[in-house]
Amino acid sequence: MSKVTNVVVAGLGGQGVLRGTDILADVALRAGYDVKKSEIKGMSQRGGSVTGDVRFGDQVFSPMVPSGEADFLLVLEPTQVEPHRYLLRAGGTLITPDAVSLSQLPNRKTLNVALLGALSAHLPMPEDQWLASLREGFAENFFEGNRAAFLIGRKGQKAGAS
Amino acid sequence: MLARFDCMTDSNRKLLSGDEAIALAARHAGIALGAGYPGTPSTEILEAFSEYGGHAQWSPNEKVALEVTIGAAFGGARALCTMKHVGLNVASDPLFTAAYTGVTGALIIVSADDPGMASSQNEQDNRRYAVAAGIPMLEPSDSQEAYDFMFAAVEISERWRTPVLFRVTTRVCHSYTVVRPRAKAEASKAASFERDIRARVMIPAYARPAHRRLRQKLAEMQEWNETCPLNRVVEGNRSLGIITSGISFMHVREAAPEARVLKLGFTYPLPMKRIAQFAHEVERCLVLEEGDPYLVEAIRAHGITVKGKAEMFRFGELDVPRVRRILKNDLSPEPAKPPGKPPQLCDACQYRIVFEALRKRDCIVAGDIGCYTLGVLQPFEAIDSCVCMGASLGVGLGLRHVLPPEQARRVVSVIGDSTFVHSGISGLVEMVYNPPPNGHVLIILDNSTTAMTGHQEHPGTGRTLQHEPTGKVVLEDLARSLGIRRVHVIEPHSGTGEFDRLLSECLDSNELAVIIARRPCILIAKQLKQYEAQRCECPSAPAGEPAAAQVV
Repeated sequence: MSKVTNVVVAGLGGQGVLRGTDILADVALRAGYDVKKSEIKGMSQRGGSVTGDVRFGDQVFSPMVPSGEADFLLVLEPTQVEPHRYLLRAGGTLITPDAVSLSQLPNRKTLNVALLGALSAHLPMPEDQWLASLREGFAENFFEGNRAAFLIGRKGQKAGAS
Repeated sequence: MLARFDCMTDSNRKLLSGDEAIALAARHAGIALGAGYPGTPSTEILEAFSEYGGHAQWSPNEKVALEVTIGAAFGGARALCTMKHVGLNVASDPLFTAAYTGVTGALIIVSADDPGMASSQNEQDNRRYAVAAGIPMLEPSDSQEAYDFMFAAVEISERWRTPVLFRVTTRVCHSYTVVRPRAKAEASKAASFERDIRARVMIPAYARPAHRRLRQKLAEMQEWNETCPLNRVVEGNRSLGIITSGISFMHVREAAPEARVLKLGFTYPLPMKRIAQFAHEVERCLVLEEGDPYLVEAIRAHGITVKGKAEMFRFGELDVPRVRRILKNDLSPEPAKPPGKPPQLCDACQYRIVFEALRKRDCIVAGDIGCYTLGVLQPFEAIDSCVCMGASLGVGLGLRHVLPPEQARRVVSVIGDSTFVHSGISGLVEMVYNPPPNGHVLIILDNSTTAMTGHQEHPGTGRTLQHEPTGKVVLEDLARSLGIRRVHVIEPHSGTGEFDRLLSECLDSNELAVIIARRPCILIAKQLKQYEAQRCECPSAPAGEPAAAQVV
């Protein structure tokens, strides 16, 4: 069985955690992978902690990322880093809001997309598939802002890695 | 790589939640009517069914929803009824007798269980209902199976003229997995009434033979299940055999890829010969299931030697690490997950003012189910009980009857608008019929929506599931029609002290009082204005013609 890539996105209700996992799962689906996405809804709208799991690879069984096995942990809110760190595997990649400069973003609401941009630099899916998902996943008038935020996150990560 | 290439060219692949997959299959299988009451994790099924062009409606509660769909199925139609696990408690009265009457069309009852209680007051295992009522049960493990099993459920329902329990859990409902739908939708069967008094009128004389017919049907279904393709074996090493169902199957495949697995999809009545044969063919046989020891008890009662999980794994949901522990028989304490940030009442929520007032008066608060249950958390800690939908009325009245007067006078029942319509109305009738000596105060927190489950409509909003205008139950008129003199409608504002004064006045009156604290939920204020504008455009319109069906 080939490797499954495990991503957890964490934050607070209203930050676009689940929207972020929607986009990631859609990109992985477009790339031809088997994909599973799991989320706990219900009380999330009341500002509580929210996490969404996305797993993709040739064949995925459980929809939930096992604790300590996340290859990537994306956290949208600084206070939520520590409570979710146990999900990350040893040597896994933590992406926090520090990955992007907030002042560069078109607006704060695009932080989730900017962090997806940062994540995208580590994943095999091509840039145009990400942009296609962003175009279809939101209302048309949000696309330019989301594209800008995505590219800021993506380029920042690439520059940091080199 | 070839497999991936095939997938890429397969434009028919959709990433659907289990709820969406059920809805899509319902549409494709010609379900003529879907009814239910919102409840996590089942809510999205009817919403998606409506979006896909199906006839979907919210009922005031699950009992009514099941009765409506029983009626539809008596008429020969295919019907779908959806609810969360605790909803089936409410609907259990019609459930048990519908098993006797059977149906003419198809009736699929979705019970969405919530092991681990992501958003519920208990983690009851509704597989027990299939046994208790005597209806067949299917359990899918992912969205593709949720889709495929719906067709099987319709077939079983029509073949044996029985309701079918379609049992899913949070991780099946709310996980998105790849689905390849069948290409063509089936047209709904034409409904037509055929009189069958002895089958449908459950007076004792007709119910006695009906019970015998039910047991006969179950025996036939059990025999059919022995070779049913909804159950399958995943080949593997015979040193370990695992019998499993539902989401646990996925965790098992990941935690024990080498094991031989009997995956059960049709889980009542169980295919015991097949299970016995599987157990016989492996060296060690383990039953791996989430929640109650339902499978393991049934299998053992049949004289088959299998091992179950330790009691500690009965609590909460299973995942891959927990399944690994079960396989290793590791009973060491499990690491506690670091606490996340709990949810809270929105900053501008009107309920804050109400809970502050209740706290100030040191009220004893019989609470209910909804957003406002968050009033139990800091800084308010202003709820003293929460049992089930509608319980605030009865519990509050019971307290009033027995407590010494100085305590009884501080008892208040607090309930939301949707919950009140669901099952608070009979409690209000009780309040009028058996009034406590010092009266009682009911506060209806009316935010014009079913907020906690994601803002669904209900009979008190005067809008259908599709947000179109329809008949409206006016809560204050209803209360007054029962003869309650003190019925107040107030929009609570902070800083005015107006709500506090009204509460004190009602508590001190020693009479029956209903306070309706009304302000629309701030999270949907914008949508509500749009709906209201639509209502103004067509003042007398009941629900119009349903929108043209969207072809999916």
